[in-house]
Amino acid sequence: MEDDVNLSALRCAAIAAVAATLSIGITACGTPPDKTAGDTSKAATATSAQDLGGMAALVAAAKKEGTLNVIALPPDWANYGAIINAFKAKYGLTVNSANPEGSSADEITAAKNLKGQSKAPDVFDLGGNVAVANTAMFAPYKVSTFQDIPAKFKDANGGWVNDYGGYQSIGYDAAKVPAPSSIRDLLKPVYKGKVAMDGNPTLSGAGFNGVVMVALGVGGSADDISKGVDFFKQLKDAGNFLVADVSPATIESGQTPVVIDWDYLNVAQGAKLKGKIDWKTVIPAGAVVGSYYVQAINVDAPHPAAARLWEEFLFSDEGQNWFLKGAARPVRLDSMTKAGTVDAAALAALPKAVGTPLFMTPEQTAKATAYLAANWNKAVD
Amino acid sequence: MIDGSVTTRCAPPTKRGRASSVYRSLVAFLGVVPFFAYVAVFFLVPTLVVAFGAFMGPQGLTTHNISALAQPQIASSLLHSVILAGVTAVIGAVFGSLLSYAVATSRRDGLVRRVFTTLCGVLAQFGGVALAFAFVATVGAQGLLTIWLQRMGMTISDSQWVYEWDKGLVVVYLYFQIPLMVLVFLPAIEGLRPEWREATQTLGGGSWRYWRHVAGPVLTPPFIGALLLLFANAFSAYATVAVLISQASPVLTLNIAGAMSSEVVLGQANVAKAMALAMVVVVALVMTLQALVERRTSKWLAS
Repeated sequence: MEDDVNLSALRCAAIAAVAATLSIGITACGTPPDKTAGDTSKAATATSAQDLGGMAALVAAAKKEGTLNVIALPPDWANYGAIINAFKAKYGLTVNSANPEGSSADEITAAKNLKGQSKAPDVFDLGGNVAVANTAMFAPYKVSTFQDIPAKFKDANGGWVNDYGGYQSIGYDAAKVPAPSSIRDLLKPVYKGKVAMDGNPTLSGAGFNGVVMVALGVGGSADDISKGVDFFKQLKDAGNFLVADVSPATIESGQTPVVIDWDYLNVAQGAKLKGKIDWKTVIPAGAVVGSYYVQAINVDAPHPAAARLWEEFLFSDEGQNWFLKGAARPVRLDSMTKAGTVDAAALAALPKAVGTPLFMTPEQTAKATAYLAANWNKAVD
Repeated sequence: MIDGSVTTRCAPPTKRGRASSVYRSLVAFLGVVPFFAYVAVFFLVPTLVVAFGAFMGPQGLTTHNISALAQPQIASSLLHSVILAGVTAVIGAVFGSLLSYAVATSRRDGLVRRVFTTLCGVLAQFGGVALAFAFVATVGAQGLLTIWLQRMGMTISDSQWVYEWDKGLVVVYLYFQIPLMVLVFLPAIEGLRPEWREATQTLGGGSWRYWRHVAGPVLTPPFIGALLLLFANAFSAYATVAVLISQASPVLTLNIAGAMSSEVVLGQANVAKAMALAMVVVVALVMTLQALVERRTSKWLAS
C-alpha cells in the first residue's frame, strides 16, 4: 500500500519534472518559425515585387503569412501609430509592434537573439549610424518607387533606404516662455530650469543631433561640435539645463517647458496637447540639422512577404503622405511635390527651416561620436 | 522571512523500508528538480553569460572589456553606485528598524498597524518611473512645491538638487529603502518575546542589559541580513534613476544600459557585461564582509 502511494507520487513527480524540463527547453529554443506561408522561401529572396509576379502576388503572399512584426516604432513618432493602423486596414494583416520605446540598437539585438523564431522583427527602422554598421543583416529589396528616391538617400542595391527625416528644433510652451530667437537665447534667466533635450547624445540619435544643432547655433561646425558641448556646460552651470528624461508626461505636466528634439516629434506633441498647452516648434535660423531614418528588411524575417509589402506601403504616395501628416519629411517629398501627389495641407503645416540643412557625413558622425563619448558626461555631470 | 529554516518531515523508517526509502529519496530529489532548474535558468545561466561575455570581443578572448572599467566615466560611476547604495542602506536600515520597533509596540490587530504595514508594502515597491516622476513633479525645477515656494518668495538656490546623484537620488531611494526595511525587519522584532524582558528583569537586569545581552544578539543577524538586502536593492536600482537623470550617467546601472542600447556609440555590449561582472563582484565582496561581520558580532555578543 505504502509502496503504491510512493510509486504514484514518484510518477507524478517524474511527470512534473519532465514537463518542467520540456517547458524550459521550449522557452530556451523558442517557438519554431511559421511554416504556413507557402511562398515564404520565394519571398525571402525577392528583390522586387516583380520577382514574385507583381504587387497582387506580393499582397496574396503577405496575406497568407497573415502577420508582420515591427519593432521600436512608438505610435507618436513620425505618425507610426496611424501608419500601422492604415496598413492593417488596407491589407488585413496582424501587426505585432514589439518594444515601441526601444532604440535602433535594441532592434538589431532583438533580430540576433530571436533569429529563426516567429517573433523576430521583419523590418527595421534604424538611425543611420546603426544601419551602416549592420548592413549584413538586411535583405536587399527595391520598392516600386525606388527610382524616385535620390541616390544619396539609398543603397544602390536596395539594401537600405531612407524613409523619413526631419530637422532638429526647439519646442516650447508659449504660455510659459518667450519664443527663443536663437540658440544663445536659451542662456537667458527666463529659461532657468526649463531647457531639456530628448535623449542623451551619447545614447540616442535625437540627442546627438541636438548637440550638433546647438554647435551650429553657437559658431561650431559639423567637424567640430566642441562648442556645442561647451554651450551645454554653460547651460547646466546657469541652472537652465534639465537632465531629466523627457516624455509626453513631463511636457504635459509642465516639467520640461523647452525641449530640443526632432521637429516632427515636437509638432506631434503640439498636436496632441492642443487645447491644453500652446506647444510651438521653431527651427533655429542658420542651425538646421537634418537626419533621415533608414528602412530595411531583416534578412531572417519570419514573414518575408509581409515585410516587403510593408516597405511597398511605406514608400507609396499613401505611406509617404502619412509620414508628412506626422510632420516628418518623407524621402520622396521632392518628386511627390513635382507630381502633385503630395498632401499640400500637411506640407504647408511643416515648421519653416531657414538656411541650408546640414546632413552629417559618416566621418563627421564618427568624429563627433568620439568627442561626445569622451566629453559629454564631464560637461553635464 | 529572515529565519528561513525548512523543516523536513520524515516518517520513521519501516521494516520493508529499504526499497521504499530509495523511492522516497528519489521522490525528494525529483521534488527539488524544478528548484534547480529555476536556479539554473534565472541565476546560473545569466551569470555565466555575463562572466564569459566580459572576456569576449569581436576577435575572441580579450581583456579589453575589463580594462575599459578603468575609464574615469565607468570607475567613478561604480564608486557613486557603491556610495549611494551604502549610504541609503545604512540610513534606511537605521530608520526602518526604529520604525518597525515603534510599529511592533502598537496593538497587534490595531488599525494603525495594519494601515502602516500595508503602506510599507506599497511604498517598498513604489520605486521606478512613478516614484521618479512624483519627485520631479513635486520638487523638480518646475515642481509644484518649488514653484509654490517661489511664489511665497523663497527661492531655492539649487533648484536642480533632485537631479543630483548625491542629493536627490539619496532622498528618492530612501523613499523605498525605509519601507522595505520595515517589511523585512518587523517579523524579527515581533519575534522578541515579552517573557524574555520579564526574565531579564526578574534576574535583576535593566533595559541596557536586555538590549545588550538578549534583544541585541537576537536581532543582529537579521539586521545585517536586511542591510545587505537594502544595499543590493539600491545598488541594482535602474528605472528610478533613468527617469530622473537622462543626460548624465552617474551610476553604474545607467552606464550598463547605455552600453547595451546606445545607437550612437556602438559595439559596447561586452563592456556592459564587464560592468555587470563588476557588480557581481561588489555584491560578492559585500556578502563576504557581511559574513565576517556577523561572525565577529556574534562572538562579541556572546562574550
